[in-house]
Amino acid sequence: MKYFPLIWAALWRKKLRTIFTLLSIVIAFLLFGMLQGVNAAFQKGVVDANVNRLIVTSRISLTEALPLSQMQQLEAIKGISGVAQATWFGAYYQDPKNFIFAVPVDIDRYLKVEPEIQVAPDQVEALRHTRDGVLVGLVAAKKYGWKIGDRIPLHSTIWTRKSDGQSDWDFQVVGFYDFAGDASQTDGALFNFDYFDEARAFRRGTVGWWIVGLSDPNQSAEIARTIDTLFANSSDETKTQSEKEFAQSFLKQYGDINFIVKAILFAVFFTLLFLTGNTMMQSVRERVPELAVLKTLGYSDGTVLTLVLVESLLLCLLAAAVGLGLADLLFPLMKSVVGEVGLQASVLLGGFGVAVLLAILTGLPPAWRAKRLDIVDALAGR
Amino acid sequence: MNQAIVSLHNVVKSYQRGKQTVEVLHGLDLQIATGEFIALMGPSGSGKTTLLNLIGGLDRASSGEVTVAGVRIDQLSSGALAKWRARHIGFVFQFYNLMPMLSAERNVELPLLLTSLNSAQRKKNVAAALAVVGLADRARHKPSELSGGQAQRVAIARALVADPTLLVCDEPTGDLDRKTADEILSLLQTLNREHGKSIVMVTHDPKAADFASRQLHVDKGVLVQAEIA
Repeated sequence: MKYFPLIWAALWRKKLRTIFTLLSIVIAFLLFGMLQGVNAAFQKGVVDANVNRLIVTSRISLTEALPLSQMQQLEAIKGISGVAQATWFGAYYQDPKNFIFAVPVDIDRYLKVEPEIQVAPDQVEALRHTRDGVLVGLVAAKKYGWKIGDRIPLHSTIWTRKSDGQSDWDFQVVGFYDFAGDASQTDGALFNFDYFDEARAFRRGTVGWWIVGLSDPNQSAEIARTIDTLFANSSDETKTQSEKEFAQSFLKQYGDINFIVKAILFAVFFTLLFLTGNTMMQSVRERVPELAVLKTLGYSDGTVLTLVLVESLLLCLLAAAVGLGLADLLFPLMKSVVGEVGLQASVLLGGFGVAVLLAILTGLPPAWRAKRLDIVDALAGR
Repeated sequence: MNQAIVSLHNVVKSYQRGKQTVEVLHGLDLQIATGEFIALMGPSGSGKTTLLNLIGGLDRASSGEVTVAGVRIDQLSSGALAKWRARHIGFVFQFYNLMPMLSAERNVELPLLLTSLNSAQRKKNVAAALAVVGLADRARHKPSELSGGQAQRVAIARALVADPTLLVCDEPTGDLDRKTADEILSLLQTLNREHGKSIVMVTHDPKAADFASRQLHVDKGVLVQAEIA
């Protein structure tokens, strides 16, 4: 700590250069924070996936439908505690950027396999008895100011109605749902599958995927095999995955987000490595006589090496703190694009880890040079 | 004669310049007593700065014995030599060599960071050292805000602050005008006479040498004459 004023003063010896270097690292960490935050938000569904559930989709593709008739066969399999259908509705409210995770469901079946969904019993009852009723998630309700009794139009990017060929579907809000432990999962809507199935213009009697509840998660792999074997060689072969695998494959529809994020960050930090490394080298080169004076005064080779390394560490950690802090402040602006995003502890920790690594990689060569400095030559300007 | 603070026996120093070996000091013998103020004189390239660097533990002899403050410094490891310098030697350079980004008091404090003194004790010692050189009121100024003479006084305060056994000065007045140079030399003389500091000073200037208690002349790597001032 007693060396701090010396290190701090050395860091700000050339103010303008330090500010520009600091800014470039801040921007890199801002990018790191935001991209990793978005990545973490995308991966959240994977991380939070329930081990008690399997997802059954068409073996051909996620967009291929499965016949409703498979339900009874699935329910007959030993170890399955419940089966619910779900279909991708592709909804938005008023504007395409107002994406709503709307799913047509059989509410009783759905709540059985998704116990995290919390709805007041009277509102479940209201949905049962209101054909075009909809339960809206708390986040969506708050965002759009929906109240019970409101009629809301949801536009589907996939489904048209057989009655008029239009894609706008009209619903009546009959209640709200919450999601235990993660409010961000309530930016959606649940409505009656029967209403949807009868009203849609095509693919009636089919579902997008099955959600299968398990009595014992340890039997997950075995039951998945049983399901796929059951429908093998039929016209509707299935692919059964754990909820985690399904979430991952769902994400891959957008591209390998994780890989893209990591590739961008690698390019940014690789460039930064040279930029900061060059700045640190230049800074030490300019201070050769001063470092020689420190050695003359009795500072050991190790102490001089440590001083330069700590300076590099200070620069990188300071920039990382500012960059990650800014990212956290900017996340609310991205809410409409990627939903609820925040700077998670793991991202923060990873960011500071990268900062330490960057500091060591860029600080070590000049620090080593400072360590090996010959006092007499350095003082003589050789 | 008092006990020797510097004792050199048959010291040879040579450098490698490309494929050529250049011998700068040729079997030099020297004794400096505790409390002496020595002026090392000689033409450029005579080896006086090399001799000073050997005495100050900045460089190593190629052969021979170098004993300073009772320690055979030619036998010390690099780390031990650094510790020894911190404890026993105060350096004053021609161009002051202060840290430009630090205030006078922070510059003076630098040697004390290597000691176990706490912040309050360091502050007290720094204030005392600056008072000795007459710059107590300039403690917060940076080197760029000081005149050449003041900067050299700060450098002397830095050399003194850890109470070293020996002050080693390399042309301390080489960058100063006559009047300021005399003030600095008087200060060194006071430190020698009133505070008992042993001083070895390299200088080209005969007037500067007159402030010393003894003058030593080096030429072509050997001591050619010695006289008492």
